[in-house]
Amino acid sequence: MFSSLASLLTFLAIAPLLQGVATRTKSALTGRRGPPVLQPYADLWKLARRGTVVSATTTWIFRLVPPAVAACAVIAATLLPLDGHAALLRFSGDAIAFVYLLALGRFLLALAALDTGSSFEGMGASREVTVAAFVEMGFFVVLGVLSLATGELSLTGMLTGTTGDRLWSAAPSLVMVVLGLFALLLAESARVPVDDPATHLELTMIHEVMVLDQSGPDLALVLFASAAKFAAYAAILVSLLVPRSSMPWPLALGVLVAGLTGVAVAVGVVESTMARLRLPKVPLYLAGATALAGFGLVLLLR
Amino acid sequence: MRALAELFLLLVVLTDFAVLGTSRLSACIRAIALQGLLLGSLPLLVEGAWSVHAAVLGLGTIAVKAVLLPAFLRWAIREASVRREVEPLVGYMASLLLGALALGASFAVAHRLPQSADASLLVPVALVTLMIGLLVLITRSKAVSQVVGYLMLENGIYLFGLTQTRRVPFLLEAGVLLDVFVAVFVMGIVVFHINREFDSISAANLAELREY
Repeated sequence: MFSSLASLLTFLAIAPLLQGVATRTKSALTGRRGPPVLQPYADLWKLARRGTVVSATTTWIFRLVPPAVAACAVIAATLLPLDGHAALLRFSGDAIAFVYLLALGRFLLALAALDTGSSFEGMGASREVTVAAFVEMGFFVVLGVLSLATGELSLTGMLTGTTGDRLWSAAPSLVMVVLGLFALLLAESARVPVDDPATHLELTMIHEVMVLDQSGPDLALVLFASAAKFAAYAAILVSLLVPRSSMPWPLALGVLVAGLTGVAVAVGVVESTMARLRLPKVPLYLAGATALAGFGLVLLLR
Repeated sequence: MRALAELFLLLVVLTDFAVLGTSRLSACIRAIALQGLLLGSLPLLVEGAWSVHAAVLGLGTIAVKAVLLPAFLRWAIREASVRREVEPLVGYMASLLLGALALGASFAVAHRLPQSADASLLVPVALVTLMIGLLVLITRSKAVSQVVGYLMLENGIYLFGLTQTRRVPFLLEAGVLLDVFVAVFVMGIVVFHINREFDSISAANLAELREY
């Protein structure tokens, strides 16, 4: 219990760091110095001290959304076995709760974007939901593979159950799942090749454009929520790559932190070597990721 | 050795899907070259022991399928200055889905076939490569993509042959390799002529059959 709680707190504390690491990797690979790794914390702190400006056209939904989105991300993170043994909150079928908590956060963000009445934000919301529909399909295939490989229905069982003989028999399909999941992570956390976090043109943004009207502490909460979502996906990836159920929990936590940083570096590398896909190409990319996971499913079923 | 062979076979399937999902011809050619390289290394891995037969077959395959033919296809697209498949008969999304169907079907069917015990993945991967090759061959309109589809089709047959390495004489395989080389060579010349005649290499232009 204590180890789960400590892991969760560490996880939430380092979530913004990952985005800093990704940005820094991108800068280093393109020959710039880049902002410091701790810049996301400075941004959050700056925003937290500012006042909030709310458009007169919005309703109470707009004010409700940022805390709710952050809460969704945090609750989703409590379902993950971050210390390598057990999640803080676990029940049979919590994997589906995990997916829908993230979906609920996204739904609320889209709702707030529509609430402002801005045409740009409506467009962003429509794009985000389009991308999310494909990501969700892929993520369910991934969950199906994990559930079949371990015979478990909770995230704790799925992410800690692949050890020993099980790991070897399921290894080929796990490789496929990891590749597919990484592609989905890039889409879900609004990164290149699906979305560009560094863009400053409303027409090309997907995720960023939805939060144009948010400001001050509200914006800080939304930014923190997307950082936590990125970290949650990365944590699933790390749990699959490095089985940690036999390690003592401080070591497992250390491995998790190192793994998360590794994933952030990988994201930075992808971001500096690939161009963004045109919007009509995004569904093809996500279908490819789903096909990878589906291939894992076929390998497991044969 | 076996684990490595399985990994290589999985990579072969991934290259199949790479060809299916990409519109850029140079990327298609790169994928088919990688597939050739993987196929060339497979005889040694599947046999598990170093034999002259397997080594020569592997080296020959790599030389033809990973070096010669891709270089030739690259020359063809440079000569005809085409870079993309513009309008395939079946869209990329749909062909990916069809490919996934083919994958499921071949894994389902492979169970029922009599096969050698040491190659559990070989037969389904051969089947899926065959089917995806056929799909590319039928649905793409540029002659170069069709050649790539033909090569994949042939790669599937080659994989099927690998289950029988001990029984198929070496000369036969060398002959097949030569056949493929000549066929692709002829196709290259055809591509060149289609391009000169119509200023594009879309095989759809060949609608009329006529004798001069």
